[in-house]
Amino acid sequence: MIYLELFFTFLKIGAFTFGGGYAMLPLIIDAVISKGWMSEAQIIDFVAVSESTPGPFAINIATYIGSEMGGVFGSFCATLGVVLPSFVIILIVAKCYEKFKENKWVKGCMSGLKPAVVGLIAAALLSMAATVFVPNGPTLEIFKDVSLYLSAGILALSTVLAFKKVHPILIICLSAVIGIAGGYLL
Amino acid sequence: MKQKLKLCWQLFITFFKIGAFTFGGGYAMISLIQKETVENKKWITDDDILEIIAIAESTPGPIAINSATFVGYRTAGFFGAFCATLGVVVPSFCIILAISYLLREFNHIAVVRYAFNGIRAGVLALVLKALVTMYKKAPKGLVAYIIMALAFVITAFFDINVLYVIILCAVIGLVSSLVVSDREKKGESK
Repeated sequence: MIYLELFFTFLKIGAFTFGGGYAMLPLIIDAVISKGWMSEAQIIDFVAVSESTPGPFAINIATYIGSEMGGVFGSFCATLGVVLPSFVIILIVAKCYEKFKENKWVKGCMSGLKPAVVGLIAAALLSMAATVFVPNGPTLEIFKDVSLYLSAGILALSTVLAFKKVHPILIICLSAVIGIAGGYLL
Repeated sequence: MKQKLKLCWQLFITFFKIGAFTFGGGYAMISLIQKETVENKKWITDDDILEIIAIAESTPGPIAINSATFVGYRTAGFFGAFCATLGVVVPSFCIILAISYLLREFNHIAVVRYAFNGIRAGVLALVLKALVTMYKKAPKGLVAYIIMALAFVITAFFDINVLYVIILCAVIGLVSSLVVSDREKKGESK
């Protein structure tokens, strides 16, 4: 049943994401693609949508995937799943925060989880870049495709802007405009 | 009783606003939470905000949910936590439901496809920036670098569930930190 599957998939994602936001990407790509729910390109498109709409990435993407797979009730199940672990864990931690903060087991696990998130996001980025630049697998043919150079140009420009702290929404809009212009001109 | 209901309603409305007006989520949300709950409502203090960040970073789940639940609980117990969390979720939920419908309708139009072709490349830059931010916040040192490399290589080049990679890295972190603190204790006793 798709509703239960959505709920439990996002429950797992909610329970194992540390650091929030894009730390969730590798887990989502892993789960959604292995189940054949969506393509990686669709997920990347949705990252842009999520950046341009209010609210946390986790809720946005859970609602979106839920809605694509199971309509309104599907998005309810997915969102409930991603929220529930945080909610329950914080209720427990809020009661005994002082003990929790100084707990050497918690600290120890965190000292492994923080660097792990860096490696995981790097892996997600690599896989997303492959989807954008070599959608049909690595062949020499791709170098004849002008859209490759267009994407590379947009990526270079966006990277410079992102590190100059230009707002993400502006970067997305600019990329869209260049994409549209390129699509019609090339 | 009536007062508590009113407080819960206010928690819902406040976090509804926070959910509806933060773009990018996560840390962008913290400053708005601080403004609303510390400066305006005086429900919690600046120290509590620092506590929330520390807790959100060491518990799973999105920071927005963690902080809404925490503030709600501190202010009005379980029901407060429920109302605050519901408030922060509802705006995203409704907006994205509408957008997912629009995306399905307009996905086939050429101009939308071209726009997303451009946007996909731009998104890579945003994720790259997030990666650099996470790297700066992560602990440094030999063990940390090994964990980073391990997590990257396993996830990128092997077909292993990411959950196992996360558990493995937590265990490595735990073991290495227990070993270090054990050595320090021995060093002190000498």
